Amino acid sequence: MQEIYNLIPFVLISAGILVSLIFEMYAKNSKRIIAWFSVFIFLAAGFHSLVNVDNAQLFFNSMLQVGGNINIFIFLFNFAAALVVLMAMDYSSKYGNNFGEFYILLQSSVLGMMLMAGAKDLFVIFLGLEIMSVSFYALAGLNRMRLKANEASLKYFLLGSFATGFIVYGIALIFGSTNTTSIPQIVDKFGELTHNLLFMAGILMFLIGFSFKMAAFPFHMWVPDVYEGSATTVAGFFSTAGKTAAFSAVIITLGSVFMHGNANIFEPYLVVLAVTSMLYGSIVAIAQNNIKRMLAYSSIAHAGYLMIGLASGNYEGIAGIIFYLAAYTFMNLGAFGVVALIEGKDETNLTFESYTGLSKKQPFLAAMLAICMFSLAGIPPFAGFFGKYYIFIAAIKSDLTWLAIVGVISSVISIYFYLRVVVIMYFNETEIDLTVQKSNYGLLAVVISVILVIIIGIAPGSLIDLISSFLK
Amino acid sequence: MIELIYLTVLLPLLGFIINGVFGSKIKNEKVIGIIGSSTIGLSFIITVLAFFETLSLPTENREHIIELFTWLKVGGLDIHIAYQVDQLSLVMALVVTGVGFIIHVYSMGYMHGDKSYWRYFAYLNLFIFAMMNLILADNFVLLFLGWEGVGLCSYLLIGFWYEKKFEKSTTSEAGKKAFIVNRIGDFGFLLGIFLIYLTFGSLNFGEVFARAGAPGIPESTFNYIALFLFIGAVGKSAQLPLYTWLPDAMAGPTPVSALIHAATMVTAGVYMVARCSIIFVSAPAILTVVAVIGAATALFAATIALVQNDIKKVLAYSTISQLGYMFLALGVGAFSAGIFHLMTHAFFKALLFLGAGSIIHAMHGEQNIQNYGGLKKYLPTTFATFLIASLAISGIPLLSGFFSKDEILWFSFANGNVLYWGIGAFTALLTAFYMFRLVYLTFMGKERIAKDKHPHESPKVMTIPLIILGVLSAIGGFIGIPALFSGESGNKFEHWLEPIFKNAGNKLAIYQTHSHSTEIILMIISVVLAITGIMVARNIYLKNPSFADKMKNRFNGVYKILWNKYFVDEFYDRLIVRPIYRFSESVLWKITDAKIIDGVVDGTASLVNSISEKIRKFENGVAQFYALIMTVGVAIALFWIIFSL
Amino acid sequence: MEIPIEYYLLLSAFMFIVGVVGVLTRRNAIIVFMSIELMLNSANLTMVAYSSFLGNSVGQLFVFFVMTVAAAEAAIGLAIIIAMFRNKKTLNIDEINILKW
Repeated sequence: MQEIYNLIPFVLISAGILVSLIFEMYAKNSKRIIAWFSVFIFLAAGFHSLVNVDNAQLFFNSMLQVGGNINIFIFLFNFAAALVVLMAMDYSSKYGNNFGEFYILLQSSVLGMMLMAGAKDLFVIFLGLEIMSVSFYALAGLNRMRLKANEASLKYFLLGSFATGFIVYGIALIFGSTNTTSIPQIVDKFGELTHNLLFMAGILMFLIGFSFKMAAFPFHMWVPDVYEGSATTVAGFFSTAGKTAAFSAVIITLGSVFMHGNANIFEPYLVVLAVTSMLYGSIVAIAQNNIKRMLAYSSIAHAGYLMIGLASGNYEGIAGIIFYLAAYTFMNLGAFGVVALIEGKDETNLTFESYTGLSKKQPFLAAMLAICMFSLAGIPPFAGFFGKYYIFIAAIKSDLTWLAIVGVISSVISIYFYLRVVVIMYFNETEIDLTVQKSNYGLLAVVISVILVIIIGIAPGSLIDLISSFLK
Repeated sequence: MIELIYLTVLLPLLGFIINGVFGSKIKNEKVIGIIGSSTIGLSFIITVLAFFETLSLPTENREHIIELFTWLKVGGLDIHIAYQVDQLSLVMALVVTGVGFIIHVYSMGYMHGDKSYWRYFAYLNLFIFAMMNLILADNFVLLFLGWEGVGLCSYLLIGFWYEKKFEKSTTSEAGKKAFIVNRIGDFGFLLGIFLIYLTFGSLNFGEVFARAGAPGIPESTFNYIALFLFIGAVGKSAQLPLYTWLPDAMAGPTPVSALIHAATMVTAGVYMVARCSIIFVSAPAILTVVAVIGAATALFAATIALVQNDIKKVLAYSTISQLGYMFLALGVGAFSAGIFHLMTHAFFKALLFLGAGSIIHAMHGEQNIQNYGGLKKYLPTTFATFLIASLAISGIPLLSGFFSKDEILWFSFANGNVLYWGIGAFTALLTAFYMFRLVYLTFMGKERIAKDKHPHESPKVMTIPLIILGVLSAIGGFIGIPALFSGESGNKFEHWLEPIFKNAGNKLAIYQTHSHSTEIILMIISVVLAITGIMVARNIYLKNPSFADKMKNRFNGVYKILWNKYFVDEFYDRLIVRPIYRFSESVLWKITDAKIIDGVVDGTASLVNSISEKIRKFENGVAQFYALIMTVGVAIALFWIIFSL
Repeated sequence: MEIPIEYYLLLSAFMFIVGVVGVLTRRNAIIVFMSIELMLNSANLTMVAYSSFLGNSVGQLFVFFVMTVAAAEAAIGLAIIIAMFRNKKTLNIDEINILKW
């Protein structure tokens, strides 16, 4: 009985997809019901995993695991998805495409993410990754009448499956040199195979495939275009849950390699990616005029900070990544949520000019966005500051002080474009009118995200304690 | 209720959030006032219940730590948001929530009709929140957070009427002065905290004090730590030489002066030194410094108070002087006497300020005591309570001030020397004199009120708090009756605090035994001095008003010095403030900032901007180019792995 | 005569590179997609070769997974391409670049 009990999030989402599909087919006017149903199953699955965070268990011949940090990931995916549903309910009607499919695709992508986070076998990682990616390709192009959305989904699809090719080839090479696809067995054999070229090349290609999903330089090229072209709520979901899922997969593979006392062979690779992503993201974001594109480049920079945690290759680094991902999920969703609320019909109100004097026109939204921007910039006492803090500390502990310094420099650069939004909102005046469509649910989602950002910022110690307790 | 002690911190925060966020929307003053006061009232009730629960426990079980959550955890540094409930923090919490509640209620009347009513209550609640953090903290970081928080609230409330003129400048200037002078002390405090972490490897009170009690750490280290901590206390508690901000802090609303600048915040330094008693007794040299500074401040501030004419100024200098007494007590190792005086002082000084507020309210903002006179018949309740407080602060037997002040004087003689006692006793004489100068000039004698003023007694919401504080000022001392009178059971208050200061007391161990007869003789002397002071004031200001002017002319030089507060402000202005201004304007601003820093910053920013404009072109929109970049990345990575194997 | 495993690996690596080059050089979105399929199939070939060489059927099982996923990807990919073609009347990747910088 216990066995099924711990598997409830997976069962719930899978059954939810089937129920929603059938319902969508036969019921008229089913969107609202499916939307609320998705919120319900996401919240149920999310809180179930949070409550049972201590129950670690293996399923399906040790192919899938739940408990511990995996449950924290599952919670993040589900909670982020629930917030995105809330944001999307009124947002999609702006484009007249409030399809029931949107919620079904969201559910299936969450299922894929959960499989990735809980995988104990390369099979499951691959399966989860593909479930997630295929849903994402479709989500990106959901505004199918709009050219930008078409282009975004086409680019995402072509480049995404190109990256999948590398992952599959990498898995093939790993399988060939270890004769297994089970992650614990691969980890056991890792020590003796560090000089096997095919094995190392396989792991590298596997890593590259995930670097693509994480949006790390030079595999980031799709990110700005896809975020700009797809719906704002969907872009918010890609940048938070999608990134978190990619990192969770790398943590369960690469992370478990480090934790068995193996030297961090991929450190140079990770360091180069971290430095280039941080600097590239922060610098290019400065020149952007479209707020979604700015957030996309900021997402590249954040991938760089997260990679510092991987490069340090110690417990603190992994704990820091998980903490950072939690913080990043909420602050970025909050920011995208506000952007989605302010966005008008036909992709208007997305440039910085639309945000001038927002503090006068929409004081509450301006305050929410300002908090998210402060947090993204890493200004205490918000969650983002402690995320960076823990990751930099981890880098210093593994003698990568210079990397932490580069991280700090990049944060300083990034303050420029984050605070530019705040300056524009609070200190610039404009005559232009801004009509914002009211959306209570979207506002609720933003408020929840901001509250979580503040709470994580006030009590970072408790969260990091919880995460670290599962790593040891 | 001990487990719920965190509510006493969270409730004021809740009040702050409600009034701060929705205050401007709530049009009804009553609602705002009740929200603001009731949160503090509930905190007070919880504190009282926690107090009685603690009282019912055996002595060794009276310390509790209520942990809320882990705040920061990095390497060896492990900081929790945790509240320590023990004898000392309970006394402080009772004073802060109790007096705080009374002052909140009083403020509902005093601030009636103010356009920023909600802002006032939001700040006041925020202050209580910060102060409770300061008091209940179980580590130095949380203590420091509260310490800075109360400083912030003090700044906000001093400058509350920011468009109002104050003396030569504005109230916001006074707020800034308070903030900046406090920074000097805070800097010292921060250095002290760093040193503590370096020395003891922890910032948790329990661990630090346990390790400080153990042998092995050189005295010089203790000297530095204690000195830096004391610098922090000097700033916050307005002692020589950093006291200059407190008189200016009177620019704020009068209830604020009562709450922050008399009863609670300024005593934070005393509390901190008492909390770190074990560190201070390990540094005897610094302990002497504490005593000397305390005694000097007590005398110094009392002399200035003799000639001031602004009712709040007199009370401000009186506060500085009384804080000096507390430090004198701490300096001679009589920690519980210091805390006892802190408590009684909170009662009678809050009462004096609230009384002053009632007078100012009645006189439509007039603060010069030369323009008062004969107010007794207009303000009977205010007069009665003000008189009780004045008698208490002067040390008239059986009132609260008598017991606490006498205990300090006794310990400064018993543990210190005759000089400390002499200064203390003489200051007591001066205190009695200037307080009754105030009473006679304000309430008695000839009316010197301007024609357009129509004094009237304040509403009930203001007088009832006065009466409550009057009762406390009168009987509050009975919990600390010296062993001399209470016999076997000893001093109850001292007994209650004993476990906190036990280690410090053992380490000090310089108590000399004196006979009871000495104690009685000293007590009689101090009472006689107090009565002398009152009688002199009566003779001069009631019977023979022209005598004061005669004396003023005869000792013109001395009068000038006292009237101008020893020219300390001018001295600081010439020696420190102006040179810094000049330096920062000519060098820091015009050269360093405008040329070097701005040049570098602007240059870097435009450089980064132009780089950014160039690099963004890299993202050319063609999917195949993206794939090419990826492939190049893959190729480089594969070459790297091939060559590194 | 037993064919050594290296031959299979070289063949599949070659196929993989052909696929990559195809992605980088062909202009039509459908042909690019077909090149990606070629990459996946080269991985499949590697898997099957290893599976037979190591006597471990897991590899062949994995190939079925990849094929299924490739089918799903083809379905969604062709849908996206059709949607694109309806709006833009072209599938030339060079011309699909309104999103840039």
